Amino acid sequence: MDLSSNLILVIFVTSIATFASRFLGVLTAENISDKSKLFDWFNYVAYAILAALIARMIIFPAGALLESTLLIRLIVVSTSIAIFVYSKKNLVLPTILSFILLTFFSSIY
Amino acid sequence: MINRKYFYQGLKSLISSRSPAIALACSFIALGALFNNAGFNLQQSAASSFFTYALPGQLVMTESFLVGASLVNIFLSVWLVNFRLYPMTVALVPILKHKSQPRWKYYLSCHLIAVSSWLIMKESYKRIDQKHRLDFWFGIGCGTLSAAVISTLLGYWISDYLTKEMMIGLAIVNPVYFLCMMVSVMNNIKTIIAVSSGALLGPIFYLATPEWSILIAGIVGGSIAFLTKDKKNGSI
Repeated sequence: MDLSSNLILVIFVTSIATFASRFLGVLTAENISDKSKLFDWFNYVAYAILAALIARMIIFPAGALLESTLLIRLIVVSTSIAIFVYSKKNLVLPTILSFILLTFFSSIY
Repeated sequence: MINRKYFYQGLKSLISSRSPAIALACSFIALGALFNNAGFNLQQSAASSFFTYALPGQLVMTESFLVGASLVNIFLSVWLVNFRLYPMTVALVPILKHKSQPRWKYYLSCHLIAVSSWLIMKESYKRIDQKHRLDFWFGIGCGTLSAAVISTLLGYWISDYLTKEMMIGLAIVNPVYFLCMMVSVMNNIKTIIAVSSGALLGPIFYLATPEWSILIAGIVGGSIAFLTKDKKNGSI
């Protein structure tokens, strides 16, 4: 099989594998009320999963972030959070700043 | 079919000071550049973001493709890395439900679930009348999905101009955005416990089992939060 049609299959398989979880989620949710205990459990699990994912992205990153040190990542992240809190929860400022800071730190080290 | 007023109201959440657009743009620009370097063409890159629309899975797909993994292996690793979407969907759909909405809309709209759109919906749904939440959700989701596809294309086109340092800088924006959103939802004891135990257990379990760490940390951390007594609200 040539590379291009193989790649289309790869994209198709990835999309199906991803949609499967979303589809199963709607199927499960059909009989769950937002006032039930089961809904509460899924809600907290979802928040804990996201928190675990974010912590992993920062502490054990993959890809481009591997080329920065943990210390610098922690400095950039905590500065951005501080700005977020002090700017009355503006999200545009800390996100743009995090990009500028880490790009700057990466070019001087 | 879709109530326009609420659809536009959802769409507008992309141009507020709490907009996810910048974080989405940064991460999908980096993804577009990565696709270009990996040998994807423009259509394939856009199709991937449109039909998969889940960044970690798309990264795993690219890595697996480059090392020549089999389709079955790609399916399994993407499924595992994107499985977080399952509990996220179960924790979202019940708040969107209304008897006046047809079933197909739920199955179509679930494709729009991603961390950014999910967080905005969870933050704003109480302001919207239950009858119109699904249409509001379509607005948020279509906005974030379009931002992701457009940014993928942009990243693909400008990949030659992105330095290594800028790619590193782009990669931190998404975790920073998610973290800020997490800080702002931590307004009751149970959510605080869910978020902090997940953040603590995730990296610890990673040392033992990298593939399963996120899911196990989520189930353990979420269950601890679920079982915690909230004195103020009187629930378990």
